[in-house]
Order: sequence, then C-alpha cells, then structure tokens
Amino acid sequence: MTNEIRLHGRGGQGTVMAAGILAQALAEEGKWAIAIPTFGFERRGAPVSAFLRVDDKPIRSLTNIYHPDVIVCIDQTLGRAVNIFAGMAPGATLVLASRKRPDELGLPPTARRLGLVDAVSIAMELFRRPITNSVMLGALARTTGMVSLEGLARAMEESHFRDAGLAQNLEAIRRGYDETEVLDLKESCHAYA
Amino acid sequence: MNQLTPNSSRMIVCDGNEAAARAVVLARPDVVSVFPITPQSSLVESLSQFVADGVLGAELINAEGEHSVLSALQGACLAGARTYTATSGPGLAFMFEPYVRTPGLRLPMVVSLVTRDMLSPQCVWGGQQDAMSVRECGWIQIYCEDVQEVLDTVVMAFKLAEHKDVLLPVNVCHDGNYLSYGVSRVEMPAAGLVDEFLGEAAVNWHIALDPARPMAVDPLTGGTGPGGAASFVGYRKSQIRGMASALDVFSDIHAEWGERFGRHWAPLVEEYRLDDADIAIVTIGSMTGAGKDAVDAARDRGEKVGLIKVKMYRPFPRGAMIAALSKVKAAGIVDRSVSFAWDCGPLHQDVMTALFASPVRIPLVGCIGGLAGADITAEHFARVIAATAQAAGGDIPASPIWLNEHD
Repeated sequence: MTNEIRLHGRGGQGTVMAAGILAQALAEEGKWAIAIPTFGFERRGAPVSAFLRVDDKPIRSLTNIYHPDVIVCIDQTLGRAVNIFAGMAPGATLVLASRKRPDELGLPPTARRLGLVDAVSIAMELFRRPITNSVMLGALARTTGMVSLEGLARAMEESHFRDAGLAQNLEAIRRGYDETEVLDLKESCHAYA
Repeated sequence: MNQLTPNSSRMIVCDGNEAAARAVVLARPDVVSVFPITPQSSLVESLSQFVADGVLGAELINAEGEHSVLSALQGACLAGARTYTATSGPGLAFMFEPYVRTPGLRLPMVVSLVTRDMLSPQCVWGGQQDAMSVRECGWIQIYCEDVQEVLDTVVMAFKLAEHKDVLLPVNVCHDGNYLSYGVSRVEMPAAGLVDEFLGEAAVNWHIALDPARPMAVDPLTGGTGPGGAASFVGYRKSQIRGMASALDVFSDIHAEWGERFGRHWAPLVEEYRLDDADIAIVTIGSMTGAGKDAVDAARDRGEKVGLIKVKMYRPFPRGAMIAALSKVKAAGIVDRSVSFAWDCGPLHQDVMTALFASPVRIPLVGCIGGLAGADITAEHFARVIAATAQAAGGDIPASPIWLNEHD
C-alpha cells in the first residue's frame, strides 16, 4: 500500500534533508521509499517542499505528489505564503509546527488526525536557531507510527550535518516525539472547519 | 571499511547526484575537474568531499569555468589519465568548444549531463533540452531511468568509452530534479568487484602526450591539398565506426554487469509488456517509471499497451527500436525537449527516421512533456495511451500533444 507524504518548509530549515533522512529510516526498516524535493533558486527563506512516497515494494514512479495522505509543515509561518493543505487526501494526517491551538489553525474539515508541536521553541533551546527539521521527524513518528525513533536515529547516524551535531539532532527527534500532542479530529473536525 | 569503497555490496539511500559521485569513486579516475551549476552542483560537491576525505584518490581541478574544465581533462586524458566531470545546461553551453573537439580526438572521457531545460525563459529546472542540443556532436549519449541505473551506468560508461573498438567520450544523462535530487535506496557494488569489472584504464594507446613516443596531436587535416580530403574522410569514417561499435560493446558490457552484479538493464532499448501489445509508448529518462505504472493500469483495464524505453540514444539503436516497433500497430513518443526544426521532439524525429529506413509502417503520436521541471504523471501517460490507441485507428494528430499545456 503506497503512502504519500508532503513536507513543507523554508529554504535553510532542512526540509529536503528531512525527507532524505526519512527515506533512509524507512529503508533501514525494510521499506521502499523515494523522496523528490521541489524548489526554485536556492535561497534561504523561500518556500520549499519535498515529496516522499513509501511502499512495501519497489517504487517506479518518480513524480510529485498531488494528494498527500500525510502533510508535514516544519515552519509555523508558511501557511501565510503557501496553501499547505492543497490537494490533501480525505482523512489525511497533519503534522504541524505551531504554538497555536488546533481551532486557530484553519484546518481542512476532512483531516482526521493532527500532531502539533512547538518545534521552534525546542529548536531554539537545542540549536539556538529555528531549525526544526529533526524535531518534526520526531513529531511525524509520534503522530503516524510509520517510522520508529530507532529507525530515525540510525538514519541520522548516516547523515552529515552542517548546522549541529549528531547528539543534538538525536535529542531533537526525541523531544519532538515526546512533546507532540496527537489529536483525533474525527469527532471534533467540524469545530475546526 | 569505508562505505564508499565497500568490500561487499551494501544498501544505501541517496539521490542521483550522489549516486553518480559514488560511481566515480568506484571507477577510480585519475583526474576530475569541476565547476558547479544547478542542478549538478551537489554532484561535484560530493566529489570534492570524497577527494578531501581521501576516498577518491583523483587530482581535483577546480577550474574557473566549464571551458577550462573540459580543456584540462583533454590534457589529462592525453597524458593517460582516466577522467570525469559533470555539467548542466548553461555550463554545457560554455563547454561547447572543447566539447565538440573531444570525440574527434577519440578521448574516452565520461561526463555526466544532469539534464536541464535550456534558456530562455530563465529556468533552473530539469528537461533534456541541453543534452538534446548536443546530440550531433559525436558523443555517446545514454539516459537513465532511476538512481540505481545512474550508479551502475556511470561505472559501465568508463568501460564503454575505453573499449578499443569505441574510444569515444560518453555522456551519462540523468534528469535534473527527478533524478539529481530524487532520493531512493540503491545497492552499492563491492569495490573489488568493480575493479575486476573495469580492469586497467586503457586511455591513450592511440593518441598521447608521451615523451617516449612523440607525435603531433590534432595537426591540421583536410583542405584541398594532396590526400587532405582522404585523410579527413578517414578520420570521420573512423569516428562513425566507433559509434556503430558502441551498440554491441555496450550490450556486452551490460551482459557482463548482469552476470557480476545481478542487475540486468536493457543496454539499448528496454521492451516492457510489449510482446502481445497492440500499441506502445516510447519513453526516455526518469519519466519511464510513471510510464510503466500507466501501462500496468491500462493493462488492468484490458488495454494491450507496452512500453519502449530508450537507454542508448547516441548512437541511435535503430535495429533494436525497429524490432520493438514491429510488434505494435501504433506508438506514442514522449519527448522531454523540442526539436525547433520539426515541430516535434528529437526522439520522435529519430524514431521516424528509423522507421523510414525499415519496412515497418505504423502511425506515431508525438507528445512533449516535462519541460522546465514539469511533471509527467500516470495521468499524462493515460492521455498518451488514449491518443496512441486513436492513432492505431487512423486518427493521427498533425502536431505534437503538449502534455503540460494546461498544468
């Protein structure tokens, strides 16, 4: 069964790298995954997205994702610039970096599950800058269960970090996992419509 | 043991640019010269890192531009070095003067083209217009479908380039965006087995900057003086022979690769679900996976559709293409670039030429998609399949179908 994930962020936050680490973690757990990023001129702050497709068998289609089952947004202001919910599949899971309450987020009514974490505060404590990608990988693991913390940790060990060390990033995924609030939107979704 | 030179095969996860760089590590070139350009930049950054880390023992030349990159490699190759570089779009354009000289010098370089649409309009995204613009320069051109094929093919390209019956430079093309940055899991072959596969570098037995056997390299040739024309024709015919030999040599290399590493790629064109097909779609590069998925979906609906993937594009594998096309009643060709001369894609033009030189007469539908980073999805391929089925019934479009015209 194919699962399609779209990650949103801004240039410099590590969105593309997060997709690569996630693909590595899924591969470590025996899955097949492809990750394709999309961006324009390479510059900090510009909207970036990355598509990740995961399956139990090899994946051939190297295409973008238009109806994601899971949407991850690692930047809390990006919703002002980009419709991060565009094309969302009905019943999708959302994993968002935000300090806001769920009813302040303008969530689409057909979303079924929400993982919410104050990723910027965690990143500021750990890295002294708002680099939220590792925190949000932990949040994704907690919200969806599609990848384990151990798998993410093994993938992190294979990665090369520019802005922080491995230990800090391992702490970031653990705190993202621990501090994510997971809400089932099934009963209350109309309240957020 | 370092993961870049493993002594047994192992699974890694990386994008196509890193896969190409890792293949270069396995091929152990002596000289690598680079200049970064989107979407190739991360490829040469990886190579620089590998040299800095000591896992790639090559001389790395950071030149001031692509013209110098290829000129430096020509000198290195003439001195007996195995050489590599990679470029894209405007970088390839700036490389053009040494680029056209390289095949005539019979220098067996490997150069990855991380394909990018050509300017203008200003564009940094994928498309095959850059590689297609140099399709008549005498380089061998090979197009890859996925990240694993990039890794395997860059290694195989060195063996092809250096084969004594070929001795020509090779472009291994992988699509910007979808392969340059597309991440997937791939198998890294064992370094020792790659060493056995490639053998000793055989670069400059025919032409050399070598004090032990002095020779004039590339002296003035041709003109109307005695023997000039004959001499020039001799060189050109020799180049054509090298190109023609590449078809069989590359097939043999793929057979050996399959035996040693267990991955059996089609060397010239791949036929997918073609044997009982009524119609076929023809693909090139990273679009092929979505095309195969679209073929499977059509088969599930009961439509007899197959796919022909072009891997070797220069020289054009006309025998293999005709053999594949002879199995179907119509074909839809999907180009990721345009031929400004013919109001169709360049691959379409090549297929038409191949058909005319054969007894096979079937209608072709020309489709152009994926320009400037645009996606070619299973839905786009469904339109190609529908139009091709109509063409089999006699309704042949007079001009190309632009797949992304309304996206």
